[in-house]
Amino acid sequence: MERIPILRMGNFLLVTIQVDMHDQLALTLQDDLTNRIAEVGAKGVLIDISSLEIVDSFIGRTLANIASMARVLDAETVVVGMQPAVAITLVELGMPLPGIRTALNVESGMDHLREILTSHEENYDYDGDSTED
Amino acid sequence: MKDLLSLIQKNHESILQDWLRDLKARITRSDLINDRELTAQASEVLSAIRGAGGNSSLENFDAAEWQPLKDVLGNLSASWATQGFTPSDTARFVLSLKIALFDVARKQWGNNSEELFAEVFRANEFVDKLALFTTDSYIYGRDQIINRQQEEMLELSTPVVTLWDGIIALPLIGTLDSARTQVVMESLLQAIVQTNSRFAIIDITGVPTVDTLVAQHLLKTITAARLMGAECILSGIRPQIAQTIVHLGINLEDVITKAKLSDALWLALERSGRKVVRVNTAKSNGTSAAEQRGE
Repeated sequence: MERIPILRMGNFLLVTIQVDMHDQLALTLQDDLTNRIAEVGAKGVLIDISSLEIVDSFIGRTLANIASMARVLDAETVVVGMQPAVAITLVELGMPLPGIRTALNVESGMDHLREILTSHEENYDYDGDSTED
Repeated sequence: MKDLLSLIQKNHESILQDWLRDLKARITRSDLINDRELTAQASEVLSAIRGAGGNSSLENFDAAEWQPLKDVLGNLSASWATQGFTPSDTARFVLSLKIALFDVARKQWGNNSEELFAEVFRANEFVDKLALFTTDSYIYGRDQIINRQQEEMLELSTPVVTLWDGIIALPLIGTLDSARTQVVMESLLQAIVQTNSRFAIIDITGVPTVDTLVAQHLLKTITAARLMGAECILSGIRPQIAQTIVHLGINLEDVITKAKLSDALWLALERSGRKVVRVNTAKSNGTSAAEQRGE
């Protein structure tokens, strides 16, 4: 069965979608990704969709779901490299994906994830300090 | 039995003379055209009518035989329009042919009122068609120009400029409609990809009015840019437009808005970890003054 590979890079999981997404593939990705996040205790997920040229409402919703599920499992999701046509389609479909973080390319996406994680850690430290006071 | 067309063929000289006499009397803008040109154009139209051939009929103006006449009239309409005549001037030029034709018909069928009426009616119909054709081709020419200008305006109206490395701006000028927003949206998103910009500033100083539709278009563009990983800043909102936006109940809460383009640029620089500082001019002036003293 066709699968989208999930790469692990330290605390992060990397997904590059390089084939046309169909419904079953999206659902499989959702399954695999949630399992992997729980398995490795990932703190960040980066999904590269720069090769994705066609998107429908189901794929859009699955992306939103993946991000929500990852957040429940304590991982931030960044979607990177969305094509203009895909962005326009999603907006026209009325799916602005409000909960999803986005970045222009993989590089800035990784920076973004690191920033989020460090700010989280700072928050934890701050919480710790405040309880000590 | 003679019909009107063969009559025209036979008496074309006198018809032309009658027509020209009438034209010169009726023409309102004699300053725009001289007699020689007028004579040349009138005889061109008349010879095109004669050239239509024996088997053509005055009733069937759509027939292929009348194509040369249509070409002549089309050119005439275009050249008169560029000379500054109104379409009614051009129509009057053609319509004044009637009187000459009626005159010929009266001479031929003057003693038979039945026949005369039928032929006059036919001539009337025919000349009316010619006049309508010139008006149509005038409007057609106008429409072509308008369409071309519209396309050119659409292309010109969406320049995406790079303000800084990673910061682009889109100064919008003119009213936003659906077709234009589509072009604006596409060119902005394309520019974001090409220049790899994290910040896009949409400046609406030149947009005269913002209604719910325009706001919706703007919000769509901003959302699409966000989906691609770029942040949009809306700038150049004039006080009246700010009032309209609030009165219309448009929600711009999720959008970063700034009054001026410079504020937006400042914010974008700040967010990308840059800062604009004033160089210490007092110090450099001091050294130059010292140098001057040293000399």
